[in-house]
Amino acid sequence: MSADFSWIQPEPHGIYIPPADCWIDPSRAVDKALVTHGHADHARGGHGQTVATPETLAIMKLRYATDAGATPVSYGETLRLPGGVDATYLPAGHVLGSAQILLEHAGERVIVTGDYKRRADPTCPQFEVTPCDILITEATFGLPLFIHPPIEAEMGKLLQALADNPDACVLVGAYALGKAQRVIAELRAAGHSDPIYLHGAMEKMCRLYEEWGVELGELRLVADHSKDDMRGAIVVCPPSALNDRWSRRLPDPITAMASGWMRVRQRARQRNVELPLIISDHADWHELTRTIEEVNPQESWITHGREEALLRWCQLNQRRARALALVGYDDEDD
Amino acid sequence: MEAFAALLDRLVYTGSRNAKLALIARYLQETPDPDRGWALAALTDGLDFAAVKGSTIRNLMADRVDPVLWALSRDFVGDTAETASLLWPEPVSDVMPPPTVSQAVELLGNMTRANARTELARLLDRLDPSGRYALLKMATGAMRIGISARLGKVAFAQAFDVSVDEVEEYWHGLQPPYAELFAWAAEGADPPDTGSLPLFRPFMLAHPLEETVVSMEEYAAEWKWDGIRVQLVHADNDSGGETRLYSRSGDDISATFPELLPALSIPAVLDGELLVRGSHQGGESGPDKQGGAASFNALQQRLGRKTVSKKMLAEAPAFVRLYDALVIEGEDLRALPWSERRDRLEQFLPRLPVEHFDLSRIVDAEDFAQLAQIREAARDDAIEGLMLKRRDSPYVAGRRTGLWYKWKRDPLLIDAVLMYAQRGSGKRSSFYSDYTFGCWAGDPDEGAELLPVGKAYSGFTDEELKKIDRHVRQNTLNRFGPVREVERSLVFEVAFDSVHLSKRHKSGLAMRFPRIHRIRWDKPAHEADRIAALEKLIRD
Repeated sequence: MSADFSWIQPEPHGIYIPPADCWIDPSRAVDKALVTHGHADHARGGHGQTVATPETLAIMKLRYATDAGATPVSYGETLRLPGGVDATYLPAGHVLGSAQILLEHAGERVIVTGDYKRRADPTCPQFEVTPCDILITEATFGLPLFIHPPIEAEMGKLLQALADNPDACVLVGAYALGKAQRVIAELRAAGHSDPIYLHGAMEKMCRLYEEWGVELGELRLVADHSKDDMRGAIVVCPPSALNDRWSRRLPDPITAMASGWMRVRQRARQRNVELPLIISDHADWHELTRTIEEVNPQESWITHGREEALLRWCQLNQRRARALALVGYDDEDD
Repeated sequence: MEAFAALLDRLVYTGSRNAKLALIARYLQETPDPDRGWALAALTDGLDFAAVKGSTIRNLMADRVDPVLWALSRDFVGDTAETASLLWPEPVSDVMPPPTVSQAVELLGNMTRANARTELARLLDRLDPSGRYALLKMATGAMRIGISARLGKVAFAQAFDVSVDEVEEYWHGLQPPYAELFAWAAEGADPPDTGSLPLFRPFMLAHPLEETVVSMEEYAAEWKWDGIRVQLVHADNDSGGETRLYSRSGDDISATFPELLPALSIPAVLDGELLVRGSHQGGESGPDKQGGAASFNALQQRLGRKTVSKKMLAEAPAFVRLYDALVIEGEDLRALPWSERRDRLEQFLPRLPVEHFDLSRIVDAEDFAQLAQIREAARDDAIEGLMLKRRDSPYVAGRRTGLWYKWKRDPLLIDAVLMYAQRGSGKRSSFYSDYTFGCWAGDPDEGAELLPVGKAYSGFTDEELKKIDRHVRQNTLNRFGPVREVERSLVFEVAFDSVHLSKRHKSGLAMRFPRIHRIRWDKPAHEADRIAALEKLIRD
């Protein structure tokens, strides 16, 4: 293999590394997979061997009830793969355990960001800017209209709604892995120490976060409590439960949703959200473009999301870039 | 402006009508004059700033955002004002504090086409994203946030505990910011004096009949004519009197049909269907055999014009086929039963010029079954269906259950093939919800091609929309900006009211009010209808 990066191949079902015969975040079962983080669209089950951070492996074990073939690699640790490929896992700041993967082969450096964000998050270490030749970047919020406001402002909106409606509850739809725990941790950081109620589907992941040292304060299960217990409280559920019959057991819930998509009014309306909270675990437009500038790769490969706009930005800024057509990544729930 | 912007945001995210009313009412109670009046005008589409149009915003953004990035963003958001509010670059230097609603209205009103780009930019710099959204929505006059003018008036009535009928009555004689209206409702001043103006009275409307069966003893039937519903009003005043013509929404369309204005010189408010004369094209002829009504297609040539040529006046003169009388010689008849108003209207008719007025006749039927037969047999293109009116119904604004029904003719149906899909706007932004469909120009098995025959964006449920959207994304052949060309595989059963010859379309046909009737996931595309089948359905 020569200096033309042919040792790394974007395929529809993931990024393939021929000399090491392994895949990054493949969307179907393979012999050997390097997984960036635990979201189901990146961490599929059934691989022969799965290389990921210990946190990500724990999340996958919780979901797939098996850790067969699990190969842990810690942040900063380098793993020698066959064919002279080195893989180093670096923090991506997306969710607990999320990593960028730095691949090195024959003096060439490629980084796969996986999903990432640049902002501080009490549930995971912050993204590390690392120089490379090719940056394979996500683009979930790759449109200039996506600017995530400071999280303190969104927490303020949430706590204000709670204070304005002492007899109701605020039901926050949040992705069960990452977003929910971050929202809870940020509420604690904002001084909200009341018990927070959980949809049953959230419980195990919150416990897992706590086992990994993320403090979430007092959590209670909705199923164990009466309507009156939950008046004036915050309830967290997966987005799919927001408009579900399940929510009838809650006292006059005000429907909130924590997602980067809430920046666009009609997106909130389509989900019947009354209180949109613009909270995302993905990089916004400024973070995406700033990261390309700071990493300063020879070339950027843009994947899952709104590739076209980020590609255009690269053109306008005289940066080489191409869009990859990877399938199977689902961005709707962030 | 912050409070108004917050109100708009809350309204966008509020589903229930009662909650919306409460939000608007509270804003109107808490906000000082004249801000609340301007806000109410904005909510009820009562503001118009000549210098600021959608194109003004697009030009403004073109100076600041790369056109490709703008187009991609606009396509995603589905709303120009919102996209601009989100993409507007935050000002780098200190700016003035946000304007009040009144200040914003004054600044917008003073803008000219020449300075709108700089002045509007300055105003946007003073606002946050929500404020920019509110300002741009207000400036371009199209809120599209699910608030009807009626809802605004109901909220006003609720805020100050006055009757909404009275609000409607005074509303049309007043201009934003409605100082007299607020003085009356909020401070107990005398009601606004609107007596000497030819004012619009809200229309009485009908519910679709659907499965209801009514007794012909209690209800009278008349044709539902296929023109536009109008109200012609004459009021006497110091300068001798004035006549105005209003459309169904209360817009003053006097200038479009000037021949009707001198036709009414007695103080009256008349409700009827505006039609144009056509020699052979259907409709009943008047008592003087002047010829019947032309099809809606002919009327359409005259709609929306601010000035009318002599040729047009001669070729397609307008007349009003009267349904009802609200006021005759200054006497308000609205509380009377329909049958009495009808008598009064019939007595009044001889005092009106025959070339501009006739009466919508009563359709006699012994019973409902016979009426259904009459409706089935109606072949006249100027007839949209039947109206059923309770004989004892007073004339009340809006749709009151059980009083009036409309019973439209069954739609025409055709099977057509989805060809192009475009992203929708508003609630459907980011979904492919506008569909262009076509029929075969010959035998598809012999290589005939599909020609577009119409476009529809209604008639399906949200669930079906999601399914079609997925189909579009998975079967895309080509992309042209927001439009996707789709593989010719999905058949729609399309319902439409009528079809006409048209030079504007390659197929030579244009449908009226096409909508998706059923989605035929099961039907192979080559079994869809041919153009020739559609041509047979032309009635004029």
